[in-house]
Amino acid sequence: MEFMTDVFGFYFGTFLVILGQSLLVIVLILVALAFLMYADRKIWAAVQMRKGPNVVGVFGLLQSFADFIKYIVKEVVVPAGADKPVFFLAPMITFIFAVVAWVVIPFDDGWVVSNLNVGVLYIFAIGSLEVYGVIMGGWASNSKYPFLGALRSTAQMISYEVSIGFIIVGVLLSTGSLNFTAIVQAQSGYGALSWYWLPHLPMVALFFISALAETNRPPFDLPEAEAELVAGYQVEYSATPFLLFMIGELMAVVLMTALITILFFGGWLSPVSWLPDGIHWFILKMLFWFFMFAMAKALVPRYRYDQLMRLGWKVFLPLSLGWVVFVAAAAQFEWFGGFYVRWAVGG
Amino acid sequence: MVIATLAFYLFSAVAVASALMVVLSRNPVHSVLWLILTFFSAAGLFVILGAEFVAMLLVIVYVGAVMVLFLFVVMMMDVDFAELKSGMSKYVRIGSLIGLVILIELLMATGYWSGWIVADMAPDMRAAVTPALEETQNTIALGSILYTQYVYLFQAAGLVLLVAMIGAIVLTMRHRKDVKRQSIVGQIYRDADKAVEMIDVKPGQGL
Amino acid sequence: MPDLLREYLPIAIFFGLAIVLAIILTLSAIIVAVRRPDPEKLSAYECGFNAFDDARMKFDVRFYLVAILFIIFDLEVAFLFPWAASFQHVGLFGFWSMMVFLAVLTIGFVYEWRKGALEWA
Repeated sequence: MEFMTDVFGFYFGTFLVILGQSLLVIVLILVALAFLMYADRKIWAAVQMRKGPNVVGVFGLLQSFADFIKYIVKEVVVPAGADKPVFFLAPMITFIFAVVAWVVIPFDDGWVVSNLNVGVLYIFAIGSLEVYGVIMGGWASNSKYPFLGALRSTAQMISYEVSIGFIIVGVLLSTGSLNFTAIVQAQSGYGALSWYWLPHLPMVALFFISALAETNRPPFDLPEAEAELVAGYQVEYSATPFLLFMIGELMAVVLMTALITILFFGGWLSPVSWLPDGIHWFILKMLFWFFMFAMAKALVPRYRYDQLMRLGWKVFLPLSLGWVVFVAAAAQFEWFGGFYVRWAVGG
Repeated sequence: MVIATLAFYLFSAVAVASALMVVLSRNPVHSVLWLILTFFSAAGLFVILGAEFVAMLLVIVYVGAVMVLFLFVVMMMDVDFAELKSGMSKYVRIGSLIGLVILIELLMATGYWSGWIVADMAPDMRAAVTPALEETQNTIALGSILYTQYVYLFQAAGLVLLVAMIGAIVLTMRHRKDVKRQSIVGQIYRDADKAVEMIDVKPGQGL
Repeated sequence: MPDLLREYLPIAIFFGLAIVLAIILTLSAIIVAVRRPDPEKLSAYECGFNAFDDARMKFDVRFYLVAILFIIFDLEVAFLFPWAASFQHVGLFGFWSMMVFLAVLTIGFVYEWRKGALEWA
């Protein structure tokens, strides 16, 4: 009897609350993603002086939903030599890992589904798993372009993950906690001036560029490189498996904007002290960084593969590692009047 | 604790089943994918133990890095795995013998039979007081002894990594002579003075 | 249930929701859409040529080297995470301990740079 009340009294209530929160977050993100996809195309079109999508709905606002329906009614083509289970598993894995990363992102003070102590590690772990969707998709298709695209993409993603790790360690040194909420709270004080972008300014640029490479966005979209690899690991995919790949990739991009916002731009904190903090600041900052991602796609020509590897291993890796040593020394010997140390919270 | 217990059995069952599939599946790439699932379940077990840092590390290092290498190797090698697998029955006897020896060793080391304990300190170590999970985060608890109390082991780990790095390069580096390489510095410091030569060509004479 | 596990329950639920969504989306196209396979449609795409070789071929050992180097640097990052989190507890000794560790690995990094292991092509 005790067991029953235990499970259905306490757990069931908690379970329902968490389920509701999770559903809310996932649905809101997916809906937001539809409009971000539209925004991405509109920005790209505007740079090239085109109109972009403008037929479905007012100003083409419903374009993404029309695309969604189209994906569902398209034929699922499975290549003859493909490894069927892995072929279908690959896009699902990309999608699943892109979704579950959001569970530790705090949208506002306390507005987080799971306030993990090791939130940063969790994101880093999930991020390192995103290569599997690509490599499995490329291998399972049993076709040359996908295979080459998958290999390239994997090598690219793992190369830039190292520098992302070092950059994050720099921020952690300033905070002394692996919890995202603590990282944001450590940046409160004098509005925009106390956010980490100021002490970690060079790393903001490095993180942004690494994020472009990590999410395979232009100018680092070599796995897809239409001109040489047609579309990389996605060549053989159609219908909703392709849609899952696309959602997963875009979600990873939006996650990167959220990470930049949390690590360097104070999350939900207001830039000026006389305005209240709140989720609107978080969304505004994310939108700004998404705009930067879209502009990078529109403006910058694609890198060559050897240049990409050189940039990752010979420029970003030593720079970010050197920065970790610098921040550690600054924190240890209290250079710059404790500018690099925020140990008031966390620990 | 009901849910934690249920989760323990779920993760253990998945871990054992997928470990079996690693050995049994015919395709080596599938084996690697099953191995990934095994690591995931092990990470879940660590979380239930309260060792969240170890759980995350297991996913980051093993699943995120080591398994990528495994996949590369398995995809790159041109070995006929079906033929390798067909000889499995030959090795069943020696394999199960080794498994049995390891099992007995484990039982002895953990002190399952009193009087047979090889590691005398093991029961005491396990009975030692550990701080409650709510009081300290295990990442910080680990960090506060790893770099000071266990500094020699830590530095030894660094040396092992150095050896691994050098070994990997010595074994796999093939410097190809027949490719042209880009010299970035050379390109940057090249200017018009070095690249262009002005020649005043007189009409009717040529060069 | 300890507080620690309370924070992991949402992760399990998130995983569950994501898996369900992924399966629904994949199945929806398989169920709704018409499927009319024919040999040409199902052949591997190779710009109109017939595939003349198995796609899963041998590839450059360089990818393998990149993966090994990634493991080593990933471990280095893994050692840095708890150090960064407990930076205020480990004091000056912990600081120099990590600096020695990083110096050892920097020697390795310089070695691979000089040997040309970081050059692609």
